[in-house]
Amino acid sequence: MKSYVLPDFNVTIDRETCTVCRGCVIQCTFNVYSFNKEKNRIDIDMNKCVDCQRCITFCPEDSITVTPTPIQYRQNASWSRENIRNIAKQAEAGGILLTGMGCDKPNFTYFDRLLLNASQVTNPSIDPIREPMELRTYLGSKPSLVNISSTGESLTDISLESPQLQVEIPILFSAMSFGSVNLNVQETLARTAVTSGTYFNVGEGGLNPKLNKYADHLVLQVASGRFGVHKGYLDAGAAVEIKIGQGAKPGIGGHLPGEKVTEEISATRMIPQGTDALSPAPHHDIYSIEDLSQLISAIKEATDYSKPVIVKIAAVHNSAAIASGIVRAGADIIAIDGMRGATGAAPQVIRDNVGIPIEMAIASVDSRLNQEGIRNKVSLIAGGGIRSSSDVVKAIALGADACYIATAALIAMGCTVCQKCYTGKCPWGIATMDPMISRRLNPDIAAKRVENLIRGWSLEIKEMLGGMGINSVESLRGNRHQLRGVGLTERELEILGIRMVGS
Amino acid sequence: MRTPIGVKGRNNPYDDDKVIDACSIFGMMDQQGRSMAGRDVVEAMTNMNERTNGLGSGYAVYGLYPKRRDQYVLHVMYDDRKALEWGSKFIDSEFKIVQDEEIPMDRSCCKADAPIMWRYFVDVDSERLNGTGEEDYVVQRVFSINTSEKGAYVVSSGKDMGVFKGVGWPQEIADTFHLDEYRGYLWTSHGRFPTNTPGWWGGAHPFSLLDTSIVHNGEISSYGTNRRFLEMLGYQCTFQTDTEIFSLALDYLMRRRKLPVEIIANIFAPPLWKDIDAMPPQQRNLLRSLRMVYGGLLMNGPFSIIFAKHGLMVGLTDRIKLRPLIAAKKKDVFFISSEESAIRCVQPDLDKVWHPRGGEPVVASCVNIHASTNPVLVMSS
Repeated sequence: MKSYVLPDFNVTIDRETCTVCRGCVIQCTFNVYSFNKEKNRIDIDMNKCVDCQRCITFCPEDSITVTPTPIQYRQNASWSRENIRNIAKQAEAGGILLTGMGCDKPNFTYFDRLLLNASQVTNPSIDPIREPMELRTYLGSKPSLVNISSTGESLTDISLESPQLQVEIPILFSAMSFGSVNLNVQETLARTAVTSGTYFNVGEGGLNPKLNKYADHLVLQVASGRFGVHKGYLDAGAAVEIKIGQGAKPGIGGHLPGEKVTEEISATRMIPQGTDALSPAPHHDIYSIEDLSQLISAIKEATDYSKPVIVKIAAVHNSAAIASGIVRAGADIIAIDGMRGATGAAPQVIRDNVGIPIEMAIASVDSRLNQEGIRNKVSLIAGGGIRSSSDVVKAIALGADACYIATAALIAMGCTVCQKCYTGKCPWGIATMDPMISRRLNPDIAAKRVENLIRGWSLEIKEMLGGMGINSVESLRGNRHQLRGVGLTERELEILGIRMVGS
Repeated sequence: MRTPIGVKGRNNPYDDDKVIDACSIFGMMDQQGRSMAGRDVVEAMTNMNERTNGLGSGYAVYGLYPKRRDQYVLHVMYDDRKALEWGSKFIDSEFKIVQDEEIPMDRSCCKADAPIMWRYFVDVDSERLNGTGEEDYVVQRVFSINTSEKGAYVVSSGKDMGVFKGVGWPQEIADTFHLDEYRGYLWTSHGRFPTNTPGWWGGAHPFSLLDTSIVHNGEISSYGTNRRFLEMLGYQCTFQTDTEIFSLALDYLMRRRKLPVEIIANIFAPPLWKDIDAMPPQQRNLLRSLRMVYGGLLMNGPFSIIFAKHGLMVGLTDRIKLRPLIAAKKKDVFFISSEESAIRCVQPDLDKVWHPRGGEPVVASCVNIHASTNPVLVMSS
């Protein structure tokens, strides 16, 4: 069938400077380039270009240019280029349109509508270079009081009473399973979690034995598929996360195609090689808060009450009420994933239309738990659309204890958000299980890059805290007085719990 | 001395007379419980007028009503006669009023918009408690009045103590309330430079709940976090100022949780994590637990405070000491002040003067007191 889908990108090579080294042919996993032996030149099939920019980065002569194609459909305010293209694609394939990474629509980025406060004269700002600035926080359920003897000693060891995750920065690496990313990526994140004093969530794909040495800094996920879940798995990490939902695809399960289930993935997921790994949207033993409570109890029992249990949900319309139930079900930490959260693969229509932004979700959940007097019983991790250190600061001021990041960490490794993760051909060696392409990601170099990112964000967070006259991150948590909204309606401001700029 | 600024309205909405200055705090206590006149306190405060601009001052006096030491004393500020009528009726319906009267004031000494000040000596009828503790009962009624939007604000609610405060210079407020006629064994006081909140009579320091009072110099950057933590516990913030946070936090930690003063200091201004990590296991466990559980009450930003309760006066600064605090002793009299000059002005010959470190509490206690509700836990002498 002849494709009516026009190319997205225009690829050109400067023939004057090109040395025909064929580097682009090797680098492009989507086969845009081919070597024409007869003409001794590089031929281009721009229909295949995804704008990953790998070729541009590695072209030694800077000869390649990729630009959005000038070919446009007739302008129509109702029928956008994307609408027409999507219909054309579906007319050819008859299936659900898949996409990778997070929602790329310009809507709902409330973080960009929030502005931070700064101290001036009477309440001086604090210089983090000269004064201490503390970013450590503990994640887990806290008792309502510390029992203290008449001689001033603590009669309870909170860590024993309720296990805690100690993070030196309020940032954790969100779930990325073995299968959605390769082992090099997982090792990069695990290693960075150790050096940065935080945690990496291995996702639902089981635990590869090569990551065992990082166990103290790993969060292990129990998803609906129960892939790789056994007693040893639960014992191996620092915390266990029950994944109910995911911001990029609330209400949607996961699917790792059988061709990706290699021998190694088969072993860690505990499924036959070559079979599809399907994780359904619902856990088939969880249809109520009571059911969830039983699973939380079972996991705590199995791990001797030594690890906090996280419950991860997608941010949806009634997140606040759901979170209240989850606290009562006994979760120590709730991870809320906003609708800009990323994924290896999701139906585009789901990604772009289901769920709510993390800013609204975290604000409403924090307010609700506070009103119910149970906020101390749980820590909140906000994820899904955290793009910068200022997003972290704003999320914490809205009520989060810490943030999950994933896309930002992948970008630090080289990802250019070309959104083709679901093809398994990631040219940067990240969202691919191809052993040859995977080798492009060197964990030594990638770990240094991610570590640098975390260090840079830490310094920026300290500067922002100091600017607000705060020297400890616990004094930022839920401190909505440090935020003002610009260009938001009264109702939006009310839900966020903040005031308008200038007031 | 600077000329008092003409404040046109309650809130000085345009900051047109704003003078860049600071707050002054001062406290003195006779550790034997002997009664002292307010003259020295006023003189010390006047000495620090450079730190003040006439938009708010106040005093807390302990051992104030020895003849009625068994009754709670409600000092109530009313916007007008209608509010007075409502408040008196409400208090009469909730308490047994033993005596009530207008607090004597010389209105010629203060700003024109001074509210009506009334005091009620009341008993709590045990039959009304319904399982609530007597103090909790009083606290709930105080919140009821303060949140009623009827123009009534409870300024103090303890036994044998009282708070006198308003918009004006320290000496103006002292003259307004005839403080030279009052005596007490413990005095704390405050002169205000208004920062981000309007200068109004109810917003002046000290802030007080039951017999705990607090004066504060500084500004709390963690206000949003602190307020949220307290609201989760059922407290309501009604006075539009960060200092109120301290009084509510003290009520929770000192009265309800019965935590020792040193522990409270470690909650308000805890050691840094790197110092906690280096401590012996038991101490480390305690301080880590405090930060984990009560982190929402860490007071971030510059502050020096003096808080008091019957038999107790405590001075404390933030942990990196962004505001000054000086302590001194002369025989049985203990002083805490923003400035040494203020202490020297009333007692030039001191036995001991020292500058406590950031986050290090200065604790002065007194055993010879009569009216006390709960015993106060103090771990050191």
